[in-house]
Parts: sequence; C-alpha cells; structure tokens
Amino acid sequence: MASVGTLYRGDISMWSWVAQRITGVAVLFFLYVHVLDTALVRVSPAAYDDVIASYKTPLVNFMEVGLVGAVLFHALNGLRVIAVDFWGKGTRYQKQMLWTIVAVWVLIMVPATYFMTLHTIQALFGSTP
Amino acid sequence: MAVDPPAPSAAGAPQPAPEPVAFDITVKVRRFDPDVSDQHYWQDFTVSVFATDRILDALHKIKWEQDGSLTFRRSCGHGICGSDAMRINGKNRLACKTLVKDLNTKKPITVEAIKGLTVKKDLVVDMEPFMAAYRKIKPFLITHSPEPTRERLQDAEDRARFDDTTKCILCAACTTSCPVFWTDEQYFGPAAIVNAHRFIFDSRDEGGPERLQILNQAEGAWRCRTTFNCTDACPRGIQVTEAIQQVKRAMMFGIDDAT
Repeated sequence: MASVGTLYRGDISMWSWVAQRITGVAVLFFLYVHVLDTALVRVSPAAYDDVIASYKTPLVNFMEVGLVGAVLFHALNGLRVIAVDFWGKGTRYQKQMLWTIVAVWVLIMVPATYFMTLHTIQALFGSTP
Repeated sequence: MAVDPPAPSAAGAPQPAPEPVAFDITVKVRRFDPDVSDQHYWQDFTVSVFATDRILDALHKIKWEQDGSLTFRRSCGHGICGSDAMRINGKNRLACKTLVKDLNTKKPITVEAIKGLTVKKDLVVDMEPFMAAYRKIKPFLITHSPEPTRERLQDAEDRARFDDTTKCILCAACTTSCPVFWTDEQYFGPAAIVNAHRFIFDSRDEGGPERLQILNQAEGAWRCRTTFNCTDACPRGIQVTEAIQQVKRAMMFGIDDAT
C-alpha cells in the first residue's frame, strides 16, 4: 500500500514560521479587496456605499476579528524575527520571545474581540438590558 | 575532609540491583525497495528490547532475526560517525543516540528516512547533494600570507569563537529537518553553513571573504527562515541557527562585528 511520511514534528518556531506565512498571505488578500473597494469611491460613491453596507453582516464582523488577529500576530512575530536576526542573543531567547508575543496577542485579542463583536452579539442574540 | 562510610541500608544487607526486564515494542518502519515497487509502505515489527536499548539495537534485531532485507546505514554506533540519522517519531535523530526509554512505547515507534534527499532503499538516502553543498563552502584551511616556520598559534578566546561548529559530524540531521531544504534541494542547508562558520570565524584562516561570497548567493545563507528545526535536530547540540545568523551578520557587518 502506498504511504506518505509522517508530519515532521519540528521546533515550535517552525509553527510560528508557518503562522507568519499564513497570516502574511491572509493580510495580502485583504489588502487586494481593500484597495478595490476603496478605489470604488472614485468610480461611484453610491456603489461604494452599497459595498460597505454589504459588509455589515455577522460573518464579515468575525472576519474583521480574524484580520485584527492576523495583523497583530504578523506584527509581533515580525519584531521577534528582527530580534533573532539582529540581536546577538536573539537565537538563545527565541522561545521566550515567542511565548511573550503569544501572551501579548491573547491579552490584546480578548478585549478586542469583545468590543468588536459586541454589536453583532446583541443583534444576533437580542440586546442585553 | 573525612568521608562518611556508606550508610547501612534499611534492610541491613545491600539489595541486589533488579534484573532488567525485556518488553515488546512495535517499530513501524517506512520501507522502500525500488527493485520491487516504486511505492513506499509502512511495515510493523514487534521486537523485545530493554528500556536502555537504543533504536539502533531494535533495528539490528529486526534485520538479524526477522527481515534481513531491512536496509539502513550505521558505522560506529556511538554518535560520532554520523551514519544513522533517521526520522524517529517524526523528528530527525541518530538511531544510536535515541534510547527506548525516552520514547512512548505504548504507541508504535515510527522510523523513516530523513526528508528532502532521494531515498535509495528503506532508510538509506542519496547523500551526494548534501556532500556537494559541503564541498562548495571549501571546508579546509585557506591562507594567502607566507607560511610560518612554526605552527599557527591561536589564543583561547579566538578558538572559542568557532568551538561550537567544530562538533559537526555531517550526519545531515539538520539539513534534512529544514523546511526550506525540503522544497529547494539547491539550498546549501544548515550543515554546509555550519562548516563554513567553522572556518570563517577561525582567526588562522584567510578564506572568510571567499566563503561569505559563496554563501551570499541566492541559494546561500539568506534562504534560512530561522525555523530552528536544525538546532532541535542536531545530535551534537550545535546551536545551528545561531551559527547561520552569525554568518548572515558577517555578510552585513563584517566578520569581526558578527557576534
């Protein structure tokens, strides 16, 4: 029977590199859409208003949270990679730096998710008194 | 200083060491024989081992007692020759330095060839691309100044600069753990850069600029994405990523300002 090899169980920073790639591509795709919809305002302000109005759905709201999460991780891990590249002791402390940026990411994402989705949650499940 | 006599044991008489107990483990080997089929397949072997046995011992038992066609490389069996690098439970390790007791024996132990080099049979891969990259970085002393009449002296501080990278045994565990190398066999790979580092940062060597120029090419040190798989995989404990980063900084800021 044909077989594939096992998944390589690499260092934790292999996974941070994978996440850096995925978030980078995700943000790039957002930028394509963003440039297109913003350019619409020069073509037709009414069409621009229609497109922006179509974004006011729960799905797009959760995608916005994902976008903030992707940009934040990419930015924080980017700082870590710069430290690994230019700081002499960066390679020795790469794991501590990774856990630090993950902690900062969670600390920012928890309140950000709450405030960003407050309106959607109220609209979906009824407003709280 | 007086040395205390050994305390008598609670039972009065010294207890004999417990007899080591053998137990069965399952070793799952990813096999390949181009003479039979062009497909790889997994095969399970059950072997009786002691907790202190190495995976190399388990492979020997399989080859000698169950299936003589199982093919793998090993020479010294003591972590110096670098012949038996393989992927054990998904990580690059030397079979002769991996003890059964350090693995989860409740589940089958997977053993497969290192990744990114062509498999010739079972656990044997074609090492030639790896060795070709090693030769490209000129792994020998280069000098241009007149030969001294006595040995080339070096103080302890200068020797310490490249001490870590002298430990390499060219087993290819680092290079074949690198995600960049898996998709781009032209990349020099961590091992070649480690061995370049060993000469670039040697105060007696004068070929540093030459080697840096070689590693400054598209397939050189800049391919490194600091995933640290190489550092994790090195059976000699070399800080591989650190060495690569020092080589990159040597290209940007000069050899003296790289560390």
